[in-house]
Amino acid sequence: MMKKQRTKQVTLGIAATLAITTVAVADIGEEKLITPKAMADALHLVMDSDRTVYTRKIVNRLVKKEKVIKASEHFEDDKALVLPAQMFRFGSELVAKRAEKKPDVNFTYSLQSLWPVNRQNAPKTQAEKDGLKYVAENKGKNYYTTETLGGQKYFTAVYADTGVAPVCVSCHNDHKDSPRRDFKLGDVMGGVVIRIPVEG
Amino acid sequence: MPETSDNRGYWITWALLTLALGVLLAWVLFNAEDKSLYMPGPLSDGHHQLVDSCDSCHTDRFGGGEVLQEACVQCHGDVRVKPFDSHPRAKFTDPRNADRLEKIDAVHCVTCHTEHRPEITLKDGLTQPRDVCFHCHAEIGNDRPSHQGMEFDTCASAGCHNYHNNRALYTDFLLKHAEAPAHKERARLPGREFADVLDEILEYPRDHYPIQPLAGSDADAPQEHADNDQIHADWLASGHAKAGVNCSACHQPRDEKGELSAWTDKPGTEGCIACHGLEVKRFGEGKHGMRLAAKLSPMTPARARLPMKPDAAHSELTCNSCHGAHDYSTSYAAVDACLQCHNDDHSETYKDSPHARLWKAELAGTGKKNTGVSCASCHMPRIDFDVNDWMSRKLVDHNQSANLSPNSKMIRSACLHCHGLGFSIDALADQQLIENNFQGAPSVRVESIHLAIKDQERYLQELQRPGG
Repeated sequence: MMKKQRTKQVTLGIAATLAITTVAVADIGEEKLITPKAMADALHLVMDSDRTVYTRKIVNRLVKKEKVIKASEHFEDDKALVLPAQMFRFGSELVAKRAEKKPDVNFTYSLQSLWPVNRQNAPKTQAEKDGLKYVAENKGKNYYTTETLGGQKYFTAVYADTGVAPVCVSCHNDHKDSPRRDFKLGDVMGGVVIRIPVEG
Repeated sequence: MPETSDNRGYWITWALLTLALGVLLAWVLFNAEDKSLYMPGPLSDGHHQLVDSCDSCHTDRFGGGEVLQEACVQCHGDVRVKPFDSHPRAKFTDPRNADRLEKIDAVHCVTCHTEHRPEITLKDGLTQPRDVCFHCHAEIGNDRPSHQGMEFDTCASAGCHNYHNNRALYTDFLLKHAEAPAHKERARLPGREFADVLDEILEYPRDHYPIQPLAGSDADAPQEHADNDQIHADWLASGHAKAGVNCSACHQPRDEKGELSAWTDKPGTEGCIACHGLEVKRFGEGKHGMRLAAKLSPMTPARARLPMKPDAAHSELTCNSCHGAHDYSTSYAAVDACLQCHNDDHSETYKDSPHARLWKAELAGTGKKNTGVSCASCHMPRIDFDVNDWMSRKLVDHNQSANLSPNSKMIRSACLHCHGLGFSIDALADQQLIENNFQGAPSVRVESIHLAIKDQERYLQELQRPGG
């Protein structure tokens, strides 16, 4: 009888703890604890890691080391791998499309450069111009600012984008439309710009 | 007093006229097939078939621009993504392009494709400003010296660029095919593949109709329909009988639970959809089938804006219009069916064209397989179609509007199987050559390949320069 009662008490205790934990987690989830800067830093860490993995473990390995497939800007026509920069951009386009329907997680990001292969990826806004210059001149540092575009205020973060693999450097140095052909491994080749809409 | 009486008469007349007008307007709105009374202006060539289906686009009576945008995307959205579209919406929704959107609202279709405005509508349903490219590409002369000095409105009109589908016109593609001869040594169109991809059509009713040849005695039509020897012979000789498709498959389409429906003597698209669902869907997206897809009466040549044969004016366009019934001759569907209705110069001159000679030779057995060029070879080509995100299969594209407007969309799906890129671009830019159905060589020269070569030479020189 005692044992039964104890079991009942333990069960109730566990249920109550679970319920409280669930409520607590839900509450914490709703609290605005993360600053735009922390959010941008976290997003960049994921983006950068994913792209580094794709560049090293897929593109560089298969193209440069094992030499079994090409990577091409025209990957469909050439039956080739998507370039790391394209993989990054396709991700950003998909995020933009999906985030449009979720205003709470609305953010955008893009890969830009002071020496872009595609001119449309040159910096346009003052924040982009300042940010890309800053991260190229101050290796290891990020650039943070706010700007207003189309009537909306944004927290804008710029992170250096470094040539991590030989394919990055060789592709940019050899590309027909590249305005710069003297990149070396480890050079800052551009920057990732992340924008988060903020109030104000 | 008489004055009051007169007034009453006017009032009654006014009230009756107003009522009559109200009834007329309500009748047109809710009952009449033709609702053009309410239209602010005639529809464009691409949408005029839907004149009696306002709600195909105006899906919500109280909706604004976003409702219309949604309607555009509903029908045209699948090609408004990469790689079919070089200016997808995603390119412009980035806040960094907010200043560009202020000049050209590139995320809404109606910015360049306004409806009901024939006075400003150009070929291909375009109502865009002539300087649309200039707003973002004004500096192109710096990046491509070959483009210096070009007029701001020549990007598309010179035959070099297409805002949406640039797949046959982009620089590296031009270079890759720059040296291709006018006629390929081994010219072959894609062959038929449907029987080979049945396994990949998940919805194919293989449980009810196993893929195995049927004999004449297997026909499962009810007795009262089984006495037509011609129909029986046609079916037995068809691909249907050879693939196990019995009478009931088309005449008694099954419901969701797999139960047979009642026998229909003349089934519509519902009889075809179980096995040819994608073809029917694409048919509904083109000018032939868009009325049926909008649940309207079928399209007829009488409704067409292109020249049509008067005696075919009231023929109705369904699957059977081109495919007949029971014998399902694809060679008939590929040429003769088209020429039953189409009556323009291009169609009329087909039979004297080099393409037709190849077609006749293949049919006669003197030409090699897949060397004959029918109307369908170009206008309903066999393409690799993405069935979904994960699978692609060869499909006869029954949306015959898909590779027109502009016709450069036809280059990859049709021309390049047999011709070089330069020849194809030039031929499609030559209106006279199109009208006489390609009898002769192009007299127009589009500069795009030449310009791409010039830019390539500049690049190679740049590389050779010290520090290059």
